[in-house]
Amino acid sequence: MSSFFDLYNYWIFIFLMMTGFYIVIAQGNLVKKIIGLNIFQTSVFLLYISMGKVSGGTAPILIEADVSYSNPLPHVLILTAIVVGVATTAVAMALIVRIQKAYGTIEEQEIHEQDASL
Amino acid sequence: MWELFILYSSYTLLLLGSFLSLTFGLGLLRFPDFYSRTHAAGVADTLCAALIIFGLSLQSGFNLVTIKLFLILIFLWFTSPTSSFTLASTAYRSGYGIKNNSSKRAE
Amino acid sequence: MEQAIDIILLGFLVVVAIAVVKQRDLFASVILFGIYSLLSAAIFVSLDAVDVAFTEAAVGAGISSILILSTLALTSRNEKPSSHSVFLPLMVVLVTGATLVFGTLDMPAFADPEAPVHKHVAPRYIQDSYQEVGMPNIVTSVLASYRGYDTMGEVVVIFTAGVAVLLLLSSVRHKEDELSNLTDLKHHPILLNVAQILIPIILLFALYVQFHGDYGPGGGFQAGVIFAAGFILYAMIIGIDEIRKTFTPKYLHWLSVTGVVLYIGVGIVTLLLGGEFLNYNVLAEEKLTGQHWGIFLVELGVGITVTATMLSLFLSFSEVRRTP
Repeated sequence: MSSFFDLYNYWIFIFLMMTGFYIVIAQGNLVKKIIGLNIFQTSVFLLYISMGKVSGGTAPILIEADVSYSNPLPHVLILTAIVVGVATTAVAMALIVRIQKAYGTIEEQEIHEQDASL
Repeated sequence: MWELFILYSSYTLLLLGSFLSLTFGLGLLRFPDFYSRTHAAGVADTLCAALIIFGLSLQSGFNLVTIKLFLILIFLWFTSPTSSFTLASTAYRSGYGIKNNSSKRAE
Repeated sequence: MEQAIDIILLGFLVVVAIAVVKQRDLFASVILFGIYSLLSAAIFVSLDAVDVAFTEAAVGAGISSILILSTLALTSRNEKPSSHSVFLPLMVVLVTGATLVFGTLDMPAFADPEAPVHKHVAPRYIQDSYQEVGMPNIVTSVLASYRGYDTMGEVVVIFTAGVAVLLLLSSVRHKEDELSNLTDLKHHPILLNVAQILIPIILLFALYVQFHGDYGPGGGFQAGVIFAAGFILYAMIIGIDEIRKTFTPKYLHWLSVTGVVLYIGVGIVTLLLGGEFLNYNVLAEEKLTGQHWGIFLVELGVGITVTATMLSLFLSFSEVRRTP
């Protein structure tokens, strides 16, 4: 089992993930929830990339010198994930604009009250 | 001898740039109203960035990296003062912090 | 020394994340989120992930913030304090966090060269990619050649997001002749002149990033986002009606389809030439030349679709009618 000094990076990233998760489930405003979701996503990317780092290595671009390279596979997967994240945010924002036009508000509590009173 | 002089002058420039950045942070927290804070941001954008990039380029010598650093500096000098100007000008036109004419934190 | 930089950047990230929780003003939350993205791009650089840092800085602090700000312009700026207690969400978050920390106790140490993740496919990519694909940037060769199917799926996802936003927002947009009533910033002489100097340089830089992705950090996604950022700057300063004269809705739709068709078309051409789907070796006599052509064409497809979709997203949001 590794010690604290080997793993504290992962624990800080988990704390950031939980902060984003808390914003998603605790705050009522829909735009704030999407910001929290984006913070969650970015922290997950940080966790993933930190698993691919090799100490003493360099960026995975081949150069003439004899060095070790960091693992390129997490970089590729996270590149895809970042762009998919922004696509999801764009669709979520469009939905929020339509909700505002239909209900007149984007607070979760007021939307539930309007739905319950129908 | 010459290399030592270059190294120490690069350290001095980097330290001066860091001191300016520290005063920028202090001014951002302690200045009373919006326009003085924008002035502090303007100082950091121009002189602090220039000192730090000059210090870095002294350490990297005459190669492609130095040219790229100077291009970054020119781009920063174009965009950062423009954005501080736009912020201050838009705030002024909408009367932000001018109407009450007090030196308290303009809300 | 590197550890000290890491710890300071991580400390900044924690402070910014907690500040986003406590903010009531949504505009400030968006700017804090942009700061969070930029700080995580700096951490990506210190973790040796330069391509990812490039994309995160361009996408997170650029396009995401612009889209959320466009939404804020159409809805309210402040949020109301929530009425229910914070005890239950805090318990859920603490239990989930504790479970995750318990799960990390078996992980290998940070930056361990002997970790199992470096043992399977990654050594083959690092050692053989120069002989099999022939370009120095291993991330581009993995993205476009070894894992080309995933990138094709990603291009289709971006295209689908553009279509979905068009579906949602096309019934609430301004009519064509009302677009000249939207405000612009042409009357600011400083903004106008700086934009006229900078926009061609931004577009030239985007072209450089697109075609230089084989030798350094870069590639289709980053180039597409930077192109879109240049055009969005033009749209904000000169006006929406001016940019709609060049980028009419039909043109933008056809442009985003072109990128996807280019990508899948390369796969179909390789099928017709006798290889498997997206096997670039059959595209030319020499294997390496075939790989270069294949990667060039698919990155071009990715760049075209990302540019057109990001621009179409921004224009869809800015043309929404303010009045109900």
